[in-house]
Amino acid sequence: MEYERKFKIGKPILEVNNISLSFGGVKAITDTSFNVLEHEVRAIIGPNGAGKSSMLNCINGIYKPQQGTVSFKGKQIPDITPNIMAQMGLSRTFQNLALFKRMSVLDNILVGRKLHTKTNFLEVALQLPKVKKEEKLNRDRSEEIISFLEIEDIKDTPVGKLPYGLQKKVELGRALATDSTIILLDEPMAGMNVEEKRDMCRFILKVNDELGTTMVLIEHDMGVVMDISDRVVVLDYGKVIGDGTPDEVRSNQKVIDAYLGVEH
Amino acid sequence: MKPVFMTYTKKDLINLAVCMVLSVLVIPTFITTEYWYTSILIPWLCLALATIGQQVVMGYTGQLALGAAGFMAAGAFAMFNLILRVPDLGFVGSLIVSGLIAAAFGILFGLPSLKVRGIYLMVATLASQFFIIWMIDKFGWFKNYDSSGIITAQDIVILGKPFTTPLAMYFVCLAVTTVLTLLAMNMARGSTGRNWMAVRDMDIAAESMGVSLLKTKVQAFAISAFYCGVAGALFAFCYLKSLEPVAFDIKLSFKILFMCILGGLGTINGAFIGAAFILLFPVLLNAIGNNVFHGAIDATIISSIEQVIFGGLMIIFMIYEPLGMAKLWENIKQKLSLKLQSSNNKDLKSSLSKKS
Repeated sequence: MEYERKFKIGKPILEVNNISLSFGGVKAITDTSFNVLEHEVRAIIGPNGAGKSSMLNCINGIYKPQQGTVSFKGKQIPDITPNIMAQMGLSRTFQNLALFKRMSVLDNILVGRKLHTKTNFLEVALQLPKVKKEEKLNRDRSEEIISFLEIEDIKDTPVGKLPYGLQKKVELGRALATDSTIILLDEPMAGMNVEEKRDMCRFILKVNDELGTTMVLIEHDMGVVMDISDRVVVLDYGKVIGDGTPDEVRSNQKVIDAYLGVEH
Repeated sequence: MKPVFMTYTKKDLINLAVCMVLSVLVIPTFITTEYWYTSILIPWLCLALATIGQQVVMGYTGQLALGAAGFMAAGAFAMFNLILRVPDLGFVGSLIVSGLIAAAFGILFGLPSLKVRGIYLMVATLASQFFIIWMIDKFGWFKNYDSSGIITAQDIVILGKPFTTPLAMYFVCLAVTTVLTLLAMNMARGSTGRNWMAVRDMDIAAESMGVSLLKTKVQAFAISAFYCGVAGALFAFCYLKSLEPVAFDIKLSFKILFMCILGGLGTINGAFIGAAFILLFPVLLNAIGNNVFHGAIDATIISSIEQVIFGGLMIIFMIYEPLGMAKLWENIKQKLSLKLQSSNNKDLKSSLSKKS
C-alpha cells in the first residue's frame, strides 16, 4: 500500500561499518556493515544467536566491538557509551525489559526526560521556580506519551506489578520520552499475543509517521517484520546474509536457507 | 495527588503541621524531665538525620555503603575545629561547612562505587570508617593537641544567644532536622530522586536514558555524607557534648544501617521510624526489666536479649517486609481505611434494606 509520508525517507542517519565483536573465542558479529536511513523503519532479523542484540548493544555502546566503527548523524563516534549516544539523540529498549521496577509508570517515563532536565540537585532541593516550570513541562510531555500509548489507567502503578505486555509498552514510552531522533527496539513484541502485537505495531508506525522518529527493531515474527518495515537486514552467524526491502529479502535464497534450513 | 506547595501534597502538609505542633508545642509543654531531651529526643533527631543520609545512598541510589559514622566523625571534628579556629563563621555557618567537609570525604570514598558493587562496595566504603577515625587520632591538630582524649564540645551560640539547656538544644536539632528533611523530600520526589532510583533499579537503562552513573553516584555519596556530617556535628555538640573518635566507631555505622533497613529502604519517614525504634527499644526492654521483673534479670542479660531480638527482627523484616516499618505503617493505614469504608457500606446497605 502506498501512502503519502509526512517525513520522507532521507539520507543515512546511522552507519555501521565493518563491526566485529567476539567474546573470548566466540565470534558474535563478523565484519558487519549496514545503514539506517532517516525516518525509515528498519528491521534486523535472524535466527537465534545470530548476533542481533549484540549488534544493538554495539550501536548503543554497551558492548565495545573489537573492530569497526559506528557513525551517527554523519559523525564517526570514537568512544561510544550509552550516555553519549543518548545525548546525541539515540534511545533504546531492551530485550529482557530494563525498567525501573519499583518506580511508577509515570516516573519511569519521566526518567526518559532526563536530557530535557537542566536543573541541578540544589535547585531541586530548594524547588526554585525554574525547577517547577521544567518539571511541569516534563510531566506534560510524559502525560502526552502516556495517553498516546493508552496506558493512562496504570500510570501510578509500580512497573514491577504490571503484566509483560504492558511493561513493553512502558519501555517504549520511556524511549519516546527522550524525544530521540532514532529509537532502537530490541524485540518489542516478544512474548506478546496477537492483539498486543497488533497494538505495538500500530504504535511503532504511528510514532514513525507522526514524529518522524527513525525506528530500528529486532523481531522474530517474520510476518510482523515484513508488514511494518521499509527495509530489512538479515543476520546469520554474525554476518549479513541479506539486506533490502521485505520483498527482496523474502526471495533471497540465503535467507530462505537460514530460516528453513538447508541440506548439506 | 497533586502537590500544593513545593513537592508536598495536601496530606503531607497536614502531616507536617501535626508533627510541628507535636514537636514544637506539645512535647515542650508536657515533657519536663531532662532525661527525655538529653537521652531520647536529641539523639533521635541526630540519628534520624544520619539515617536520611544513609537512605540517600542506600535506599534511593542502591549503593551498599557502610561508613555513616565515619562521615559523622568528620562532621563533628570539622565543627569543633571551625568553631575553634574560624569563630566568625558562627554556629550555623560552621554546621554547613562541616557538612560540606564531610561531603568532600563522601565524594572521595564514593568513587569506588563506579567500579565495584554490592557487598564488595560495602567493604570498600568501610575504608571511610577506618580512615577518618585513624586520621583524627593520628594527627593531633584535629583534636587541638588535647592529651586527655576526650574534648569538651564548645557551647552552642547562635546570634549571640547561648543554647545550653536541653530544651534549647532540642530546638536547635529540631530546626536543622526539619529543614534538611524537607530538602531531602524535595530531592527524593524531584528529578534528582528519579535519577537515584533509576540507577538503583537498572543502571544500564538509566545510562541509556542519559543519566550519568558517575555523576549520580558521586552526587548521592556527597549528599549522604553531608547529611551524616551535619548529624555528626549535632550528635557531638547536642548529645555527647564531647568529641571522641571512639563514639563514632563501626557499631554506630551498623546502628544507622539497621535504622535504615528496619525503617524502610527508600523512604524518608522510615528514617525517623527506624531511628525511634532502635533507640527506644532498649529503653523499653530496660523498663520492662526493672518494672515487671523488678531487677530480677541482670542488665547484661537484657542487653543480650536486645541483640537477639534485633537480629531476629532484621531477619523477619528481610523476609516478610523488605520495605520496612514505613511500608508496614502504610499497609496498616490502608487496611484501616478499607475497613472503615466497608463498615460504612454495610451501614448504608442496612439502612437501605430497612427502608425497602
